[in-house]
Amino acid sequence: MASDTGEQRIFIGMGTCGIATGAEGVLEAVHDGFDKLKIEVPIIKTGCIGMCSQEVLLDVDIPGSARVTYRQVEPKMVEEILQKHLVGGQPVPELAIGQIIREGDIVYDGIPGYQDLAVFAKQKRIVLRRCGFIDPDLIEDYINTEGYQGVEKAIKTMSPEQVRETVKESGLRGRGGGGFPAGLKWEFCANSYGDQKYLICNADEGDPGAFMDRSVLEGDPHAVLEGMIIAGYAIGASYGYIYCRAEYPLAIKRLKTAIALAEEKGYLGDNIFGSGFSFRLRIKEGAGAFVCGEETALMASIEGRRGMPRSRPPFPAVKGLWGKPSNINNVETYACVPPIILKGAQSYAEVGTEGTKGTKVFALTGKIVNTGLIEVAAGTTLREIIHEIGGGIEEGRAFKAAQLGGPSGGCLPARLAETAIDYDSLIQAGAMMGSGGVVVMDETDCMVDVARYFLNFTAAESCGKCVPCRLGTKVMLGILERITEGKGTAEDMENLKDLGEQIKSASLCGLGQTAPNPVLSTLRYFEDEYDAHINEGRCPAKVCTALITYKITDNCTGCTLCAKKCPVTAISGERKQLHTIDQELCTKCNMCFEVCPFNAIEKE
Amino acid sequence: MSEAAATNIQDEPIDLQPVYEILDRLAGDKGMLIPVLQEVQEVYGYVPEETANAVAEGMGIYRSQVYGVLTFYTQFHLSPRGRHIIRACAGTACHVKGGKQVIQRMENELGVGHGGTTEDLIFSFEEVACIGACGLAPVIMIDDKAYGNLDPNKAESVLKKFRKQAMADIEAEGGGSKKNDGGDDAPGE
Repeated sequence: MASDTGEQRIFIGMGTCGIATGAEGVLEAVHDGFDKLKIEVPIIKTGCIGMCSQEVLLDVDIPGSARVTYRQVEPKMVEEILQKHLVGGQPVPELAIGQIIREGDIVYDGIPGYQDLAVFAKQKRIVLRRCGFIDPDLIEDYINTEGYQGVEKAIKTMSPEQVRETVKESGLRGRGGGGFPAGLKWEFCANSYGDQKYLICNADEGDPGAFMDRSVLEGDPHAVLEGMIIAGYAIGASYGYIYCRAEYPLAIKRLKTAIALAEEKGYLGDNIFGSGFSFRLRIKEGAGAFVCGEETALMASIEGRRGMPRSRPPFPAVKGLWGKPSNINNVETYACVPPIILKGAQSYAEVGTEGTKGTKVFALTGKIVNTGLIEVAAGTTLREIIHEIGGGIEEGRAFKAAQLGGPSGGCLPARLAETAIDYDSLIQAGAMMGSGGVVVMDETDCMVDVARYFLNFTAAESCGKCVPCRLGTKVMLGILERITEGKGTAEDMENLKDLGEQIKSASLCGLGQTAPNPVLSTLRYFEDEYDAHINEGRCPAKVCTALITYKITDNCTGCTLCAKKCPVTAISGERKQLHTIDQELCTKCNMCFEVCPFNAIEKE
Repeated sequence: MSEAAATNIQDEPIDLQPVYEILDRLAGDKGMLIPVLQEVQEVYGYVPEETANAVAEGMGIYRSQVYGVLTFYTQFHLSPRGRHIIRACAGTACHVKGGKQVIQRMENELGVGHGGTTEDLIFSFEEVACIGACGLAPVIMIDDKAYGNLDPNKAESVLKKFRKQAMADIEAEGGGSKKNDGGDDAPGE
């Protein structure tokens, strides 16, 4: 993928996750190393390649040879890598994770190729194909990798109708969660009457546990711009907005740079490719409201109002932003468009299942070995994602459940691991594709607590416009809180189901209509856990503090650390003697459990 | 409006010049209320009542509309905040990987909870839904920088280090903090 420019280069993963792990320190160490070794080669700051657990990632690329990726790089390792590999031409296999082999490259011994890495072998990268490989701030890197060829083909050789037909044939469905066919949506908007039409990109990725859009915006912003220009052409919109959440400062910065560069090159602006078609883009920063991910709320927010949804119809395609026909898709959807146009509908439709064409990007997080960002063909099973790509569960514990689709989605239990991940089978199983968050949980996670967590989130984020959502989620949360405090009653489960169904059918927008899903799906698959909380006063996963007690076991060496750290001095004992916890005083803050170096604290 | 803001107003009048400049630059376009308020907050650190009123007047809309927007979005603050903003992620991935304990420890160390500002006005603390760095859970963000793979002890040392740096910065600027003996006066010690 990455183009070979014929010069030596260093790549450093500088997405949010790379920076959080210390990429800036590594960058500094590279500069220091250059000074010491009296060399200087270009440093490319890439976005996220998706292997969050392996950050900081540093690549050395010598023309004619494979590009080698080093993992978990710390500043002190940099000099050795530069000295041996960049200067000496010999990589350091024990520090490397893999090599990217291009045609004609010399392959190094002792380092696996990317295609052989378990993390990559099962992936099919269309949206993420450039993330981590190119410098997102350089438009040339994008252009050299087939960039802006899709839009050129569309505008120069196709009519808007042909573009829409191609997208329809590709089977692309909106990747924001709803899964509505994108080509059809475009057609509705194109056929609406209006002197001005708007194109909107939903980059308000608010689902906790999801960062697909952030990574695409940080790693390959031009792909989103190109997709939007094509969509603008297909619909007849001359003006577009990217609504990006303010919590993504780096993504906003990269987008601004990308837009300026695209304007300079004439991909944005007036009379693109001499066709008479003009398209301008503007970024709108969100201000922190989850509900603004809902399309009508998002438009209200762009208009400068409180971001509250309204009832549909009229749909945005007819009456959207400022009352004009508008089309909204999310980041990933737009990023899918350029390859569809460039390589044809068929090339995209070949991938995936009957009902869900193409690929889907997932953010793989939680108790899993390889956390990060992956892209797989639709229809890949949960087991393949968790055990093969994800490398299984941390510390060898047992896989219990995966939460898919964030606050709108549900929990799938381990026994449904063979479920194919596509829109329709997930809905059937009580979950949802959502925007693509997959949070993996093991036996130490309490499903009632997880349900409470999500309801706490949706109850707080409900905009308050409609009663079922505003009050219903509060009441459900109250019940769940009581259950996790050991005060559940016999009719609680029935009440939760009943309320959940009513909130689903009566709420105004998608937030309320899906808010009960985390509760309903855990009730469906983990009823025994609810039962244990309510009827036995027991939290099987030992999470709900009201239902557990802390004890000190014989492993205690009497080091006194826990006694010193206990904020309520509930722990007593002589030095080198077994300590004890006064249960009356203990506030179950978990401090002793965290500080004990001998695993002598047990939860019961 | 909060007491803090009210005292502030009595103490010294707020210079509205920056607001007028922001309005001149942005208010001509439609739908600019949120960007205008974002820039106002950027200048003052929060949105003082007078500035909100000036925005309403300048844009020819009701004060209630401005207030409605200010209270709808969690990004806006109506009272002064700390020099540095700590955002502790309470997202799903962080939650299942012990984020709750990290948040508890931070609150103990800072002596304030969600939405609170330390007395020395160095830190404001908030829990946020998701920072989007789930691969590194649990995560906190101080200003624009994320710190990942934390546990309560690591979080505490990040905080202590940062506080020390912040104190040194204040000293370099010639004081300004209420109390400053170079040490760390974190509550709970």
